Amino acid sequence: MSTEDFEGSRPGVFRRVWKYLANAVLLTGIVLGVVLWGGFNWAMEATNNEAFCISCHEMKNNVYEEYTETIHYMNRSGVRATCADCHVPKEWIHKVVRKIQASRELYHKVMGTISTREKFLERRPELALRVWKSMKATDSRECRNCHGEMYMDFEKQTERAAERHEEAFDKGMTCIDCHKGIAHQLPRGWKELAKKNGLMPTATEE
Amino acid sequence: MKKIITVSAATAFLLGASVMAVAEIKSLRGDLPLDAKPKPPAKARVISQTGGFKRAWKQQPPLIPHRIDKERITLNENSCLRCHAPDTYKAEKAPMISRTHFADPQNPSDANLMRNRWFCNQCHVPQVEADPLVENVFGR
Repeated sequence: MSTEDFEGSRPGVFRRVWKYLANAVLLTGIVLGVVLWGGFNWAMEATNNEAFCISCHEMKNNVYEEYTETIHYMNRSGVRATCADCHVPKEWIHKVVRKIQASRELYHKVMGTISTREKFLERRPELALRVWKSMKATDSRECRNCHGEMYMDFEKQTERAAERHEEAFDKGMTCIDCHKGIAHQLPRGWKELAKKNGLMPTATEE
Repeated sequence: MKKIITVSAATAFLLGASVMAVAEIKSLRGDLPLDAKPKPPAKARVISQTGGFKRAWKQQPPLIPHRIDKERITLNENSCLRCHAPDTYKAEKAPMISRTHFADPQNPSDANLMRNRWFCNQCHVPQVEADPLVENVFGR
């Protein structure tokens, strides 16, 4: 029996069906993969949009309105940092974790936890504290997506800013230690709140 | 009839006089008609200097020797207190808010800063590098 015996003979029915199925599955897989992966990323990006964030009046009338007065909204060069640049991590795994956490925001939207300015202000200490804590825990990761410690030109900063930055970096401090409330207003009594939670820079006596 | 002539003559005279007066008077805005846009004044930079400004008279509220455009004073927060508060001024090497501004001058703290002193820039203002529009004859 040689291999020549099989030449020219058609493969069996089973083989043909299997080949067809395999091709169909492969093709569907590729198409589905592209669509789903694309759709997933599209959804991730769409929910990172400033327009999406302020589609909720809670965001639009409180934090967003405050943010429009700050340098991250409007400045001389027009480079901006929008909501997601500071509040959603850039790295994939952290981003997905944050997106999942955001489901509790949907719950509170439905419950109307901060549906009025008054309710929002009442909750503000808790909300601010949560952001400070997470920023502290990640060494201000989202700030550092743009503000590189190694690329800060102290020569171009004012004398006092350069002095303070150098000191802070030497001590291993992180951005949020001092830069609280740069894009939003602070809760009443924020200093005590931060001190109580060990989130205020300790004064250096001369 | 005579009356009408007198009145109209007087009106004409007054109108003429006021037109002349308008031509003579030049306000700070210039002598442009109301609907014309004047040239915007040159932008002025806020003066930033170490050591502050000298007071022009004894009880003048000290002037602010730095920019304040990023500072924010609302009902809930006062960003001037980041540096000028009793518990932060040493670390920030900033002058402390005057003790006279606290309800308890012996133990000044954020909590007993008097609320009628809350809006710092009601009295304390920065200065810009601007050519005075009119001569200043203020003397000590």
